[in-house]
Amino acid sequence: MALPTYASTGQRVWHYSFRVLCGFIFFFLIAPIMVVIPLSFNSQDFFTFTKEMLSFDPAGYSLKHYRDFFGNPDWQDALWNSVKIAPAATLLSVSLGTLAAIGLSQPHVPFRRAIMATLISPMIVPLIISAAGMYFFYSRMGLAGTYWGVVLAHAALGIPFVIITVTATLVGFDRSLTRAAASMGADPVTTFFRVQMPLILPGVISGALFAFITSFDEVVVVIFVGSAKQQTLPWQMFTGLREQISPTILAVATILVAISILLLATVEMLRRRSEKLRGMSPT
Amino acid sequence: MSDMTETAGPVLAADGTPLKRSLARALRQQKLRALFLIAPLLLFILISFILPVVDMLYRSVQNGIVSKTLPNTVVALADWDATTGELPEEAVYAALAVDLKAAAEQKIHTKVGTRLNYENPGMSSLFRKTGRKAKKFDLETGGPWKETLIDINKGWGEHDNWRTLQTYSPPITSGYFLNAVDMRVGTDGPEMRPEDEQIYMKLLGRTLWMSMAITSCCILLAYPVAWLLANLPARKANLLMILVLLPFWTSLLVRTSAWKILLQQQGVINDILVYIGLVADDSRLVIINNQFGTITAMTHILLPFMILPMYSVMQTINPSYLRAAKSLGATDWTAFWRVYFPQTVPGIGAGSILVFILAIGYYITPALVGGTKGTFISNQIAFHISTSLNWGLASALGAILLAVVLVLYWAYDKIVGIDNVKLG
Repeated sequence: MALPTYASTGQRVWHYSFRVLCGFIFFFLIAPIMVVIPLSFNSQDFFTFTKEMLSFDPAGYSLKHYRDFFGNPDWQDALWNSVKIAPAATLLSVSLGTLAAIGLSQPHVPFRRAIMATLISPMIVPLIISAAGMYFFYSRMGLAGTYWGVVLAHAALGIPFVIITVTATLVGFDRSLTRAAASMGADPVTTFFRVQMPLILPGVISGALFAFITSFDEVVVVIFVGSAKQQTLPWQMFTGLREQISPTILAVATILVAISILLLATVEMLRRRSEKLRGMSPT
Repeated sequence: MSDMTETAGPVLAADGTPLKRSLARALRQQKLRALFLIAPLLLFILISFILPVVDMLYRSVQNGIVSKTLPNTVVALADWDATTGELPEEAVYAALAVDLKAAAEQKIHTKVGTRLNYENPGMSSLFRKTGRKAKKFDLETGGPWKETLIDINKGWGEHDNWRTLQTYSPPITSGYFLNAVDMRVGTDGPEMRPEDEQIYMKLLGRTLWMSMAITSCCILLAYPVAWLLANLPARKANLLMILVLLPFWTSLLVRTSAWKILLQQQGVINDILVYIGLVADDSRLVIINNQFGTITAMTHILLPFMILPMYSVMQTINPSYLRAAKSLGATDWTAFWRVYFPQTVPGIGAGSILVFILAIGYYITPALVGGTKGTFISNQIAFHISTSLNWGLASALGAILLAVVLVLYWAYDKIVGIDNVKLG
């Protein structure tokens, strides 16, 4: 990648302008997210930088939007609903998904392709179609507008992510380990919990984080399947953005960005750990 | 050796059964165990996801409401020949009187009216007005019904209304689908709607066009970044990778609201442009609530889905191919275009299909930054479900959208394989 010493002027110009171009693209990727953070400390109800903010005048900054978020019962209810729904949906999709992923990575699975395609489909089918279908069907079952209805719907949406991450971890899994455990007298349940599970745990956890963020971020399905009692944080943001756009959204957005940085760091750490456990990484 | 085993008969397993059968049994057990592990999840997905979607698709052709609410009329009307141009006979009107009285007593006559109004505007008020009087019909002594009904509302004397009623009496209809492709049932079979009523095909066309524009923008922006990531030393690449993964992990709502804030007329981008003097303060750019807003925001949102597959393909390309090409006298451009680029095509293909599939079904972002000109077909489906309550039409539009997506999904599976989808 480094420029060779014999490079011609044209090559040099190209090399550096290419770097600059990539810099712009990275800027495009990251700037919209970063711009939210300083704006959330605005002491005015504006969505742009005020003169005070640009001159770094302390009067231009305040925590009032954060106070509004933590003081407003609408936002607090929404946060509480999100916190109640996402873990339940995650637990459901991780427990069923891990089991199925182990089944899918057995050497002989009939209809493997078809099963895989079915299990991944919630990720591919447009959300509005899933939402409409679930709305009609769950209403008939009496599940629409209930906590469990939303949890079931979100669990279904999170399953593809669990399947993908866990099967990816199982690709490098050494089967002779389970055979060794069995030959020493461990029953299948013990083998699973004492041998297999610790090894695939990083994959399971990152699958769980994906499922969690899917549910935590989800708007379309919860709008259709849920009722006002299940109003989640993204839902509140969506109505906020559509109707009276209030600057509190900026504070919420900043908090969510902080959460996603945390999740990203965890997933990256787990991925490296998993690669190390399976001996795939050179480091 | 081989002669000996052949003469010794089948090879036996330890317990005396032929080895072949023993192995087959073990294999069967293995298959069963795998299925047993998968079964709970498969069942869960079938009930909580597949069944609802199939149920919704069925709604796009389901039309039980007319024959359920007006059972006698539907039977009586079956023999009527609409092509003669004459009104139905007295018997049909009598049957309608019976049905309307029963329906009005249960207060379900307005629902049929609403259903038929989708096909023939005016039917709703016809049913509503007639229903009010129908409760007082004396079925024994009243009549003749033909005059009475036309007297109540002259809509019953119009041939067109009867034709609509007959066309939509079977329990299965293609009406919603015809509607979804801007057609209707005319006097002689399906025909196109008038030009100014053709909205859905245009909308579908716009959805496809904009998804393609978004996909192309993603390819253009992702290619250099993926190349840089694949060719930098691992430490630097990992650091830069975080810049790609952070947007991927950030809430969709956060990213959409960020764009809403940036693109507003009083927003950050316009402020900067005014500040550096590119745009006058009184002629700020309109870059939100139109197609530009949707394409910009969605390109940003979907870009990581393009970069990641491209990156994983480029990572596997051996750099010595490029060096070999150059040592054989190729210019930088030829080496790239003839040697490197063809090897990256699978990555471009995988990323493009993924981005296109995700883009075509988007709802939230177009709803928030698209205004009226930059919305997708999903927004129209949502409108029909929650506002106009025309669920059949919503389902038909959904079925068309789903068909497009499933074809692409199938192509993706063929080209890339769903097993090879990677996250992060």
